[in-house]
Amino acid sequence: MTALQRDRGAGKPPAAADDAAPAGPRRAPRRKALRRHWWFTPWLYLVVPLAFLVTFTYLPIGDMIGYSFTDWDGISPEKEYVGFENYTDLFTRPELFKVFLVSGVYLVAAVLQIALALYFATVLSFNTRFRNLFKGILFFPYLINGVAIGFVFLFFFQPHGTLDSLLSMFGAHGKHQWLGDPDLVNKSLAGVSVWRYTGLNLVLFLGAIQSIPPHLYEAAALDGANRWQQFRHIIAPSIKPVISLSAILAVSGSLAVFEIPYIMTGGSNGSQTFVIQSINMAFKFDKFGLASASAVVLIVLILIVTWIQRRLVPEERVELS
Amino acid sequence: MTTAVNHNRRRFHARSAAASGAKYLSLVLASAVVLVPLLVILFTSLKTRKEALTTGPLDLPSDWFNFENFRIAFTQGNMMPAFLNTGIILLVSVTGTVVIGSMTAYAIDRFEFRFKKLVMGAFLLASLVPSVTTQVATFQIVNELGAFNTRWAPILLYLGTDIISIYIFLQFIRSIPVSLDEAARLDGANSFTIYRRIILPMLKPAIATVVIVKGVTVYNDFFIPFLYMPSTDLGTISTSLFRFQGPFGVNWEIISAGAILVILPTLVVFLALQRLIYAGFAAGSSK
Repeated sequence: MTALQRDRGAGKPPAAADDAAPAGPRRAPRRKALRRHWWFTPWLYLVVPLAFLVTFTYLPIGDMIGYSFTDWDGISPEKEYVGFENYTDLFTRPELFKVFLVSGVYLVAAVLQIALALYFATVLSFNTRFRNLFKGILFFPYLINGVAIGFVFLFFFQPHGTLDSLLSMFGAHGKHQWLGDPDLVNKSLAGVSVWRYTGLNLVLFLGAIQSIPPHLYEAAALDGANRWQQFRHIIAPSIKPVISLSAILAVSGSLAVFEIPYIMTGGSNGSQTFVIQSINMAFKFDKFGLASASAVVLIVLILIVTWIQRRLVPEERVELS
Repeated sequence: MTTAVNHNRRRFHARSAAASGAKYLSLVLASAVVLVPLLVILFTSLKTRKEALTTGPLDLPSDWFNFENFRIAFTQGNMMPAFLNTGIILLVSVTGTVVIGSMTAYAIDRFEFRFKKLVMGAFLLASLVPSVTTQVATFQIVNELGAFNTRWAPILLYLGTDIISIYIFLQFIRSIPVSLDEAARLDGANSFTIYRRIILPMLKPAIATVVIVKGVTVYNDFFIPFLYMPSTDLGTISTSLFRFQGPFGVNWEIISAGAILVILPTLVVFLALQRLIYAGFAAGSSK
């Protein structure tokens, strides 16, 4: 009772003065009564999350942009302003640029991964025996700890290890340095990434496919459409938003690859990725300025990719509004 | 209608018996690709040292109940404190995420206030920046806060950089009718009482989703504990397992046992909560 009185008595004037004027006309019909609160009440709920957001996302980005114009080593109190030197370094020194080629390998793998997931999602959405078992098996790798996955595949790729034994069982002899050969290492690691993440795409696609009304298939089947035609004309258009989302995640994911190559090879034999390179620059070689510039470039790239995707595929889900 | 469909289907099946065979073949093949690397690790973890060196990776262990490697991994590999550390960090950061995420969603969805669009934009933009890219600078901040090499570092970072959970709560909170808030308000409830007594209990399914998604992420995270808690006493399951590489060198039977120890809880949780987990990750990654 008292709470109500307090809320009403004191809460009204500031709300009316502050809030109602700009926001009132738009929202009025739906939530008129909800405006009965102190102007600062929502901020009480937001102060902690916003503090976190600023401290651990925006402050680092700001700092990083600042560091990127200096030659700071991360420890010494002084740093010198060097202008765009770090950025020109990044784009002119070929060994620093090579990481983008590595990202390319992961990107190709990601395309393969989406195609595989799409195939298995389609297959599993039709009548299939042991459907849940297959779905579970294919999804489980996504839940496994990255370090454990790293070890599992270090063992798998060993010379004379599991993969070599399997290949020789099928008559394909020849010793491969799966992780030692610079021509193979990124393909092997990208393969691990496909192994790990296909299940997530599968579950996403399957969820989208299952929300398609079943009478559409029945109608199509009556019209004599085969499976491919059903996929092409019913399934593919209905799950386009999820596919485009996966595509964007694939691009930004392949730029930000870190865990698996870091655990398995530490970035050796030409398996260095963008993030490993930045981390090594900063924490191994004390080049915080250069590392910051590299991270800024990566963030800008990811934002550009996201922006392009938003332009190409107009808003298909309601975002935060 | 149904008979027509059935009839059609039967004909369809007859025509595509080969296609159906190919379908199952591809599924079995894919399952083998997933399972074989894991199974050989399981086999290796049950082998003795001598066996591991002399037999091939595809050979079965001679004694299926040889748990010696697990004992060594558990005791000498510091897995006990690792599970404890991970448990503490997991509990605090998951609880915190639920509280912070639901409060944020509550404030954004249930109140009109100035700069609301700006606040939402700030969260949205942050969700696009992979946190692994900003660690160079985040490291300095954590250091200045004095949290480096304490359990606070990962806890703060897990709490501070989680935007997905806010989205999950936000989506869900929209489906809770505002009239419930209204009724409570008429009964004299203030905004916190409404949050505590009405919104939070109604958010239970969303909380389950967030707990699962966040829990798996924290349990599996390697980078943050690796970077921020180098001390051996503070090893989490990821970093402690990572440290197997050195001392156990090429002792693959012990490394395998360690990996199995880490994977096992995940498998148990997955089998118990399958349905929730699929829904959770579908919701969590499409935001």
